[in-house]
Amino acid sequence: MDQRPPLSRRNLLIGAAAAFGVPAVLTGCGSGAPAPGGSTTGNTAAGAVTLGSNASDEVPKKSLETVLKGFTSGQVKVNTVDHNTFQENINRYLRGTPDDVFTWFAGYRMQFFAEQGLATDISDVWREIGADYTPAFKAASTGTDGKQYFVPFTYYPWAVFYRKSVWEEKGYEPPKTLDELTALSRRMKADGLVPIAFADKDGWPAMGTFDIINMRTNGYDFHIALMAGKESWTDPRVKQVFETWRGLLEHHQPAALGRTWQEAAQSLAEKKTGMYLLGMFVAQQFPEADRDDLDFFTFPEINPAYGTDSIDAPIDGYMVSAKARNVDGAKALIKHFAQAAAQNVATEADPGTLAASSKADTSGYSALQKRGAELVSQASHIAQFLDRDTRPDFASTVMIPSLQSFIDKPAEIDSLLVSIEKQKANIFR
Amino acid sequence: MAVKTRRYSARDVTVLVIGLGVAVIASVGLVWGPTLASVVLSATDWNGFGPIEWVGGRNYGDLAGEYPPFWSAVRNNVLWLGFLGLVATPFGLFCAVLLDRRLRLSRFYQSALYLPVVLSLAVVGFIAQLVYSTDYGVLNAVTGLSVDWLGDRSVNIWVVMVAAAWRHVGYVMIIYLAGLKAVDPALKEAAAIDGANEAQTFFRVVFPTLRPVNVIVLVITVIEALRAFDIVYAINKGRNGLELLSVLVTENIVGEASRIGFGSAIAVVLLVISLGFIVTYLSQLFREER
Repeated sequence: MDQRPPLSRRNLLIGAAAAFGVPAVLTGCGSGAPAPGGSTTGNTAAGAVTLGSNASDEVPKKSLETVLKGFTSGQVKVNTVDHNTFQENINRYLRGTPDDVFTWFAGYRMQFFAEQGLATDISDVWREIGADYTPAFKAASTGTDGKQYFVPFTYYPWAVFYRKSVWEEKGYEPPKTLDELTALSRRMKADGLVPIAFADKDGWPAMGTFDIINMRTNGYDFHIALMAGKESWTDPRVKQVFETWRGLLEHHQPAALGRTWQEAAQSLAEKKTGMYLLGMFVAQQFPEADRDDLDFFTFPEINPAYGTDSIDAPIDGYMVSAKARNVDGAKALIKHFAQAAAQNVATEADPGTLAASSKADTSGYSALQKRGAELVSQASHIAQFLDRDTRPDFASTVMIPSLQSFIDKPAEIDSLLVSIEKQKANIFR
Repeated sequence: MAVKTRRYSARDVTVLVIGLGVAVIASVGLVWGPTLASVVLSATDWNGFGPIEWVGGRNYGDLAGEYPPFWSAVRNNVLWLGFLGLVATPFGLFCAVLLDRRLRLSRFYQSALYLPVVLSLAVVGFIAQLVYSTDYGVLNAVTGLSVDWLGDRSVNIWVVMVAAAWRHVGYVMIIYLAGLKAVDPALKEAAAIDGANEAQTFFRVVFPTLRPVNVIVLVITVIEALRAFDIVYAINKGRNGLELLSVLVTENIVGEASRIGFGSAIAVVLLVISLGFIVTYLSQLFREER
């Protein structure tokens, strides 16, 4: 059997970072030395620009290198930091000596730092590139003050993935409603499959399940208000989300808290499980030859008032730091990132992502990418994923332990919600 | 008598000032300064920048009353200490005593037991995952069980402590082995002549002479228990039943969260627990010397 060990490269990197001391990695974060002045070659209209990147994994790193080759009006010095380390140290990074341009996420996570004056207003860039993006993308790039701080580059939708061959063989149809999903799960169980693959050892994958059930039950606006701390977690509407989830949990793969998403994805690849709600990056765990066998459907309707109008589709992109030394060069670089051609290079190198620009050429997309683009274009609301739609401290120190405790003891919803609400009040004050 | 009343020469004073001064500056700057800063910060609501807001004891109230991971971390730290102190350390001593009897292949056993000590606990954490993983782990594959060793809150802390003990046993063993080698064989002979059996010889004669080693091992065990971090962090970032105070401090302060005030309050709790042990140990030590 060709089983891969459950250790991912990223886990090893986290381990390495922990073992060798995060501070050492941190020092590599800022562009310590001043940008070299006259030593640049070629066409240097924009001068030297530094770029802080979290693309530490092989595929994204290579993809970024290829994209930067197309940037001819200046020199780019890339500082790559391990993905998780970059994220965890973003505060100190932006307050220390950040690079001119840095990779970051759209939505609340961007607004959080823009509000603190750590990002440069790039509304002038948006006047040029605005026509290339849909209003949903522009909204996700706009700070609370109405100015733009972010350039969307690529994104990936969350959906329920399955293997076409398995479904055709057994005659399964994508469910349209919650009842159909439950009925399908029962059938799969009878057929000897674990219906819904599930893993939450890392803490974040269950957030995707919460997001989608909440948006299906209570709509996008309620979800976003809840994330922003404006609604109470003890609200009966939130309780309803957990009740629905509890009903589905019996169809989920058991022992989820000891499993990584990679292992759950492999169970789907090995045809042991029937479907898996995850981001499009699930494809990474499929052997090249099996990728065409991968398909998905959007999570079924729960409340007819909202249908399937919202999905999670986190957007990755670039921002200009407030302390940027070469602002003009930085703006030239993000304009380059906004170009459809540049994004196409990236989506070709990393088939788990889609181009954010609406001008991007989708003819080179794989079948899965085409379906992903179609799914997103049908959604009227795009959420960024729980840990990007709320305060980072709330997501990591409250929501991760709380969702894990729900998975462990699904019956104790009331006390859990009271506990979340209390902790929320402590953080959002 | 002139010697006694003579004052320190200028050179002596310089040496004293430099010698003591460096030590004092290093100690205040690297130990007491940060410690006091943590205590002060624990009474604030600070996110690492911006204005510092005083909140008094509110962080401690939130911690004890409204932060579920806190009490499971306290419980786990106590369990960790108990397990290392009452199971792993005595077992290490037991191995040392056996190896000290020059069994056949004793060198081999010695190396086998000592080998894990050269691994960092983070690496032990990775190895533990290969062993305990539900779907791919060695343990379930060999025994045919399907226990969720690392995800089930009621078992994961125990299996992780076993993995941590795997390393701790070798460490303790090698220290005791060195201590046992230094015990004067004449003592054992004398005990044998007086008619003491094996157990009596060990508990009444050999073990008491190991007192200095015991103190070192005790200190090491306490330190290992309180600083435990890397193994659970490597396994699941110290969540879901594997919470430890050290992890919560990191999670709140170092991560993207930046709840410096709140995290400092947890650090102060850890400090108070450590101080309890340090004060007990030091007061014992000074009493002995008097």
